[in-house]
Amino acid sequence: MFIEQLFNGLVLGSIYSLIALGYTLVYGILMMINFAHSEVLMVGAFVGLAAYTLLAPPAGGWVALVLVLLVAMTASGLLGIVIEKLAYRPLRQAARLAPLISAIGVSIILSNAVFLWVSNQLLSFPKVVPEQSISLGFMKIGSLQILIFFTSLILMAVLHFMVQKTKMGKAMRACADDLTTSGLMGIDVNKVIAFTFLIGGALAGAAGVLNGMYYGSIKYNLGFLPGVKAFTAAVLGGIGNIAGAVLGGFLLGILEVMAAGYLPNGSQWKDVFAFVVLIGVLLIRPSGILGERIAEKI
Amino acid sequence: MPPTDNALILELKNIHAVYGKKIHALKGVNLKIHTGEIVALIGSNGAGKTTLLKTISGVLPAEQGDILFKGRAIQNIKPHEIACLGIAHVPEGRKIFPRLTVLENLEMGAFSRVDAGGIERDLRHAFELFPILKERRGQLGGTLSGGEQQMLAMARALMMKPELLMLDEPSMGLAPVITDKIFEIIAAINKEGKTVFLVEQNARRALSVASRAYVLETGQIVSEDNAQNLLNDPKVQEAYLGV
Repeated sequence: MFIEQLFNGLVLGSIYSLIALGYTLVYGILMMINFAHSEVLMVGAFVGLAAYTLLAPPAGGWVALVLVLLVAMTASGLLGIVIEKLAYRPLRQAARLAPLISAIGVSIILSNAVFLWVSNQLLSFPKVVPEQSISLGFMKIGSLQILIFFTSLILMAVLHFMVQKTKMGKAMRACADDLTTSGLMGIDVNKVIAFTFLIGGALAGAAGVLNGMYYGSIKYNLGFLPGVKAFTAAVLGGIGNIAGAVLGGFLLGILEVMAAGYLPNGSQWKDVFAFVVLIGVLLIRPSGILGERIAEKI
Repeated sequence: MPPTDNALILELKNIHAVYGKKIHALKGVNLKIHTGEIVALIGSNGAGKTTLLKTISGVLPAEQGDILFKGRAIQNIKPHEIACLGIAHVPEGRKIFPRLTVLENLEMGAFSRVDAGGIERDLRHAFELFPILKERRGQLGGTLSGGEQQMLAMARALMMKPELLMLDEPSMGLAPVITDKIFEIIAAINKEGKTVFLVEQNARRALSVASRAYVLETGQIVSEDNAQNLLNDPKVQEAYLGV
């Protein structure tokens, strides 16, 4: 029972981690919280559903899964670029509150656009790959959970490689250290920022699809809860810190599943725990588990 | 050391710049740098020296005036484009990337270059000039000492393969023996053909290595001469050399 719950927590946490990475990558460079990120996730889920309906074989399967993920990730990534260009870049030199408000505005626009033009109903989301239960002797787990967990891990591994080893990834880290000096080195910082939104958006798109498969349905307002929880995860791990986002996501997923499973009436309260954690972290250690204590960036 | 090639590499004409929206930091600066020279800019704190470098590298766009790099107007283009044209600006306080390794810092200097062989050659050369960086290549930039960070900042700038190297206060906060080393290397870099524009509060050091110098006071050039004459100028001696 405990091991099963732990694995369930890791599965849920892996989705939070994917979303949290988007918050943390953007914060690392621009020191701003991209509050439209949760809506990018939601749009990714809808694009994934559309891709499945229009393109994939009705029986689903692995090819369908890869196809749905790729289309959703591309759409969300491009959406991230467009949002940055239209809503944040013009405010780059403005007071820090301005892009934050702009982000909330984008978030409202996106969820209302889907509400008005796509659907205001709960739409069922396919499992894409037929589900079966796998028994490991001491525990039983669903193939869907395994799939979500490993898809997330693969995406995180790809991100890790990209950030550590590729030229663009190193430029992202350089920009996160010092944007002005990166420009002096001949790095086109606007390109790097756009690339960061592309990557963050693509991860959110993948998370939107996985989240849809996990819960079996999607709605125009689905982004809010996982968005806020992933934001909590990013803060818990230390916002701006990539490993921290992954760690925070897993910790939060495990905590939520455990609390829902073991506390009396826990499952009804499950959405509350993330916010308790958020308040607790902000009170006790605002820089997060792996975050450095840096003063205001000059 | 008189310039062997008199071609102008950088020319500033009547440059005005405003800092923080209010402070009129540069008030009509005119300045010329020839290919192959070491030109120093001396002046006290707040004279506008750093602002002048930032204006040249595009970080702080000029309000008025022209900046010509090899005859081409660059006052309206972005910092990364100016960098790619061949101006490397080593900013005040080194500004190395603290969470990147020494090697990654150097790679960022070569970011816009595509000549893999040339990058490899320049990296080897940077390690010859600064052997300590080779030893520390895998270490995070933020763990280096002040002198090592200054060396890294200069090596990183050289990885850009610049024609003009602008150094802002390279001796700041360094022990005299390290400063000696840094200025030796500045002279060596110049001998290899790089033009150097050196901004320093340590006027004596700057004038000892430079061929010509400008004196900046409250945003205006008040004096311009060859370095030896300035060293002997009573006004400069009193104001900047502590004589």
